[in-house]
Amino acid sequence: MDGLSVETIAGWGRHPVCRAAVLRPERLRLPRAGRVLPRGLGRSYGDAAVPASAQSLVLETVRADRILAFEPSTGTLTCEAGLSLAEILRVFVPRGWFPPVSPGTKFVTVGGCIASDVHGKNHHRDGSFGGFVGRLVLETADGRLVECGPDRERELFLATVGGMGLTGLITEATVRLRPIETPWMFVEVEPAAHLAEMLDGLRHAGKDWPYTVGWIDCLATGSGLGRGIIMRGRHVSRGEAPGARPRETSVRGLPFDGPQWLLSPLLMRAFNAVYYRIQSRRTGGRFVPYDAFFYPLDTVKDWNRLYGRSGFLQYQCVVPRAAGGPVLSELLERVSRAGATSFLAVIKDCGPESDAYLSFPLEGTTLAMDLPYRGPTTEALVHELDGTVVRAGGRIYLAKDAVTRRDDFERMVPRLPQWQRVRDRWDPEHRFGSALSARLLGDEP
Amino acid sequence: MKAVLVGATRGMGRALARLLAGRGDALALLGRDPNELLTSSRDLAARGASGPVVTGHLDLAEPEGFAAALDAAERALGSFDALIVTGGDFAPQETLERDSARLARLLEVNFTGTVVLCQQTAERLARRGGGTICAFSSVAGDRARRSNYLYGASKAGLSVFLDGLGLAYADRGVRVLAVRPGFVKTSMTAGLRVPPFAGEPESVARVVLRALDAGAPVVYVPPIWRWVMLVIRLLPRAVMRRARF
Repeated sequence: MDGLSVETIAGWGRHPVCRAAVLRPERLRLPRAGRVLPRGLGRSYGDAAVPASAQSLVLETVRADRILAFEPSTGTLTCEAGLSLAEILRVFVPRGWFPPVSPGTKFVTVGGCIASDVHGKNHHRDGSFGGFVGRLVLETADGRLVECGPDRERELFLATVGGMGLTGLITEATVRLRPIETPWMFVEVEPAAHLAEMLDGLRHAGKDWPYTVGWIDCLATGSGLGRGIIMRGRHVSRGEAPGARPRETSVRGLPFDGPQWLLSPLLMRAFNAVYYRIQSRRTGGRFVPYDAFFYPLDTVKDWNRLYGRSGFLQYQCVVPRAAGGPVLSELLERVSRAGATSFLAVIKDCGPESDAYLSFPLEGTTLAMDLPYRGPTTEALVHELDGTVVRAGGRIYLAKDAVTRRDDFERMVPRLPQWQRVRDRWDPEHRFGSALSARLLGDEP
Repeated sequence: MKAVLVGATRGMGRALARLLAGRGDALALLGRDPNELLTSSRDLAARGASGPVVTGHLDLAEPEGFAAALDAAERALGSFDALIVTGGDFAPQETLERDSARLARLLEVNFTGTVVLCQQTAERLARRGGGTICAFSSVAGDRARRSNYLYGASKAGLSVFLDGLGLAYADRGVRVLAVRPGFVKTSMTAGLRVPPFAGEPESVARVVLRALDAGAPVVYVPPIWRWVMLVIRLLPRAVMRRARF
């Protein structure tokens, strides 16, 4: 018996918010009729996993999390869509397997990783999550279970990877895990004094290191614009591992919403400067548990509450390499001038784009920063940033977005018409919808 | 441990079965839906259960099938030393008040079926020198409340039975653990208003496993419910009559 409960639904950024009925079944099956929004662990920041209205049923997949098969000779895992990366890590790291691609949190479902075609610190080398999906099963709008993959119902597969849950309900998937020898990472940290050094550093590190990422103090201006820390890491082999198994990291909760003064530019500036100083001194290599390298924010359970009740937006865009430095400078300057940002920004160089129509990454540089949500002024800033990104031939990441305008989005995604054709073929009435699809695709709310 | 589980495809049973699998126990899953059993058996095998996880048919509403189901599990596992029954029936009070057939079925599953199964199994285990029986009752069986006394009655009966079973078979090496969950967020309780102190199946399962290993006779989960129920049991009847819960 699976009852419905009416709950308040928001993305990780806590804006926007919608009340709707939620179903959290152990066995995924679409209701016969009505509008549906598939949702995993709700870690997308904006409105991708928020229903457009109370008319839509939210189908949470988190309880459909069974492992259906694992082939130890190849690391091929078949699972239900609600299985989380956290659980994959818990079960498979001791056996020497690791998710092929991991976003900044492990509290995401496999279904969500596919729907957002997530990328990680290894994008420059390995591409995004969809590239490791050999097969998935989708319950389409008419209730059929359709198996698709790179060689089977390819169009539907390419529309579903990165398709934000709008082509159907992903019920299971087959994913290739990556072999590892130990749960340890070897990490090197290097400061970069300004943006050009950061970009050079990332490109350079990318040649030899499987995982690279940069943290930028996005409140630094002038000659220090884009200064930050470059982190590069790799899995550690058995021979060099520091003996014992890493201790399990304890998770602490944030028991209250952050007060407004915490986000004052002055305090942010101080925090970022201190972080930069501390990290700059930690140069050289060290061994850290994989959790500390991949998921530092996961140790604070509800860190999104730091931004208070009104929530925040995370602005993440990617710009082609050719456009590069000047565009990134412009973005950082705009944000800095608006005094809108907070804490740290993440910068990362991306490898070639995937064939999936709506997949986010493209060859170039991606920049992500948190913007405390302050209503129309924050939205206006996003539109400005979007303008810059459009002109540069870049695009925004749908898993983060909450306010981009439809016309800007259409200019960012040249493959949108192809995607829409596939969606219309499999879901002509647009049963699958979200606040995001209402905003960016003109779906009825 | 070699354990036979009834109700391991969902909720707290699923969470507990995963912990047992994770430490390499051998498992047999009994239940009604063969596809669900098969899927869960694969999940548990992949999570480290020792040997193949076997499945078999058992419906708590059909006591005549119990012996055959236990025989089959015994053959597949090469005897077993624990029975864990997490399966049960639930319906909102209003439904049970209106629908006698539904009420009869709930009483049949939660009380008659579970009692007969545990009694039969205790006898089997005692004959071979001992073992463990663990069944999920409920805090609803600790004190009658107007909002769920029908479900509560089925669990009160089960609690008394489990208590007695533990007393009666202690000398013959059979240990009995009665689990009394408070509100736990599972598909069984989906749609109900979530009260304070609600638990998650995974944390509940960890507490149950510790109690199982420690040989405790009764465990409340989440543990705070032990104290909540202590207070509720002490409330005078006049207060219970006026209370809305």
